[in-house]
Amino acid sequence: MAACSIEDVLAKAERDEAEKLKSISVHKELELEFDTGNLFAFDKNPPDTREFKKQNKDEFLRSLARDNTQLLINELWKLPTERVEEVIVAKLPEPTTRLPREKPVPKPRPSTKWEEFAKLKGIQKKKKTNLVWDDVHKEWKRRWGYKRANDDTKEWLIEVPETADPNEDQFSKRIKAKKERVAKNELNRLRNIARGQKIKVPGVGLAPTDQQSKTELGKAIHVAKHSTASVGKFQGNLPKEKAPKNMGKKRQFQPLIGDFSVEKQKQLDMLNIMDSKKPRIDITKAVNKQMREEDRQSGFQKRKSPGKKGRKGNFSGKGTAKGKGKKGGPGGGSGGGKNRKPRMKQGKR
Amino acid sequence: MHSYGGNVSGRMFDFHVLDMIELGIEKFVSLKDFKNSKFPEGTKPLLIFAGDAFETDNEHKKLKSLLIDFFRGPTVPCVRLAGLEHVLHITALEGKIYLRSYKALLKKSGCRTPRIELEDMGPSFDFTMRRTHLASDDLYKTAHRQPKALKPKKKKNVSHDVFGTKYGRLHMQKQDLAKLQTRKMKGLKKRKGEKAEGEGEEVEAEATTAKKAKTQ
Repeated sequence: MAACSIEDVLAKAERDEAEKLKSISVHKELELEFDTGNLFAFDKNPPDTREFKKQNKDEFLRSLARDNTQLLINELWKLPTERVEEVIVAKLPEPTTRLPREKPVPKPRPSTKWEEFAKLKGIQKKKKTNLVWDDVHKEWKRRWGYKRANDDTKEWLIEVPETADPNEDQFSKRIKAKKERVAKNELNRLRNIARGQKIKVPGVGLAPTDQQSKTELGKAIHVAKHSTASVGKFQGNLPKEKAPKNMGKKRQFQPLIGDFSVEKQKQLDMLNIMDSKKPRIDITKAVNKQMREEDRQSGFQKRKSPGKKGRKGNFSGKGTAKGKGKKGGPGGGSGGGKNRKPRMKQGKR
Repeated sequence: MHSYGGNVSGRMFDFHVLDMIELGIEKFVSLKDFKNSKFPEGTKPLLIFAGDAFETDNEHKKLKSLLIDFFRGPTVPCVRLAGLEHVLHITALEGKIYLRSYKALLKKSGCRTPRIELEDMGPSFDFTMRRTHLASDDLYKTAHRQPKALKPKKKKNVSHDVFGTKYGRLHMQKQDLAKLQTRKMKGLKKRKGEKAEGEGEEVEAEATTAKKAKTQ
């Protein structure tokens, strides 16, 4: 009796399983192709045209769609899942369908001069080990880089060779040689890049830049003028050429031991300023800061609103107006403000 | 009565037109005509293509690729299982292409995977393929080329069998075999004083055990 009931229970369990699976299983002649990474399914079975004509078209399509969707969902439920913020999420694999690109594949990097030579001669790259045994320190060290093995710039004792000048510094000689090698490497790297991008590089001197500003041109003229044997003393000026201003040092420092009374006066003034209760307001700085803020705000607004043309058009208009405004502002401000002494160029306060 | 000149969809490659396909609309039912609730815009659709025409006919293959590109949506690493609502079903039947959009309802089945019921949500289209302007085969090849960087990276020291078994390689330093930790056979330990005898006895014992094994 007990045996019968066990068998019955098992049979019933099997039937229940079958029932459950029936609701989600779909029979198809040909298996569908799935691209779960993209959530696609491709059904290659030729659709039943007889059924299609008999039934209502939409009904037929809907049942076909239901079957295909069921199969796709079955596939998706097989994927590994994880819980992200109380939501069950399935991790999708890489998409398998190949779609055409919008832009062509980027071209490979142009080869360097050494790579060309190696290709020509058939020289293969030899893979070298990362670490090299350093006998001096008795440990494995990098082949090159920070704390490398056999670093000749870090030696504490160098024998002066017999042919060398006894007053020559051998240590600095080695460091200079290293710097030269580094500079040469950098130069060659840049030349390789220039050759790859088809940029013209002059043999000697600076490469010409296009669209130089007024100051840059002025500086170039000045440099050219003073590159004579007499440092430009006997170079004539062009008909309307003016001497450049602000050519000197940007910061001027007073000599260490100068006029004592003037220095004493300066120090006392400084102490007065520090003592005074009223804060010192630099009117020009305040006005300029305010204008800069306004410019930034208006620029932000312009960027938010659409229309690049509008932005470009407004730029020139705003620029000129602001320029005029700026020149007027500090001129009026400093004249009307506190009667201050001429600016003492002692650096920043 | 439909206007001549249906919808033309196309793709670009390298600032030139790659392909264009004109689809004439025979029948159109809009979203408003289906009276039911919709789902939020931007849900990634489940795209299903049915019909062997999409495999056999060249023009249908290109159309399939075009429609995939159009409806795919952004590529995501994971997807919320409960949020798979939009189903786009495209069937190629008797020269016409039927596009239907459904809302999927996940019903309870006995097991973990739900049973699907579909609700026609719209819009629905009946297309006929009219003029096509496809690119040459090698232009398609160039357009499909992927740069090496996008290929999946190969992991070093990991290999896969024909049967799918994953193998790994371990690189060890040279071991001193004399100092290996093995099982201790207490019976074979040499005791003090009985060295020579012990060896003889052991040898005999081994011989007898060997004979026993053979007879068994």
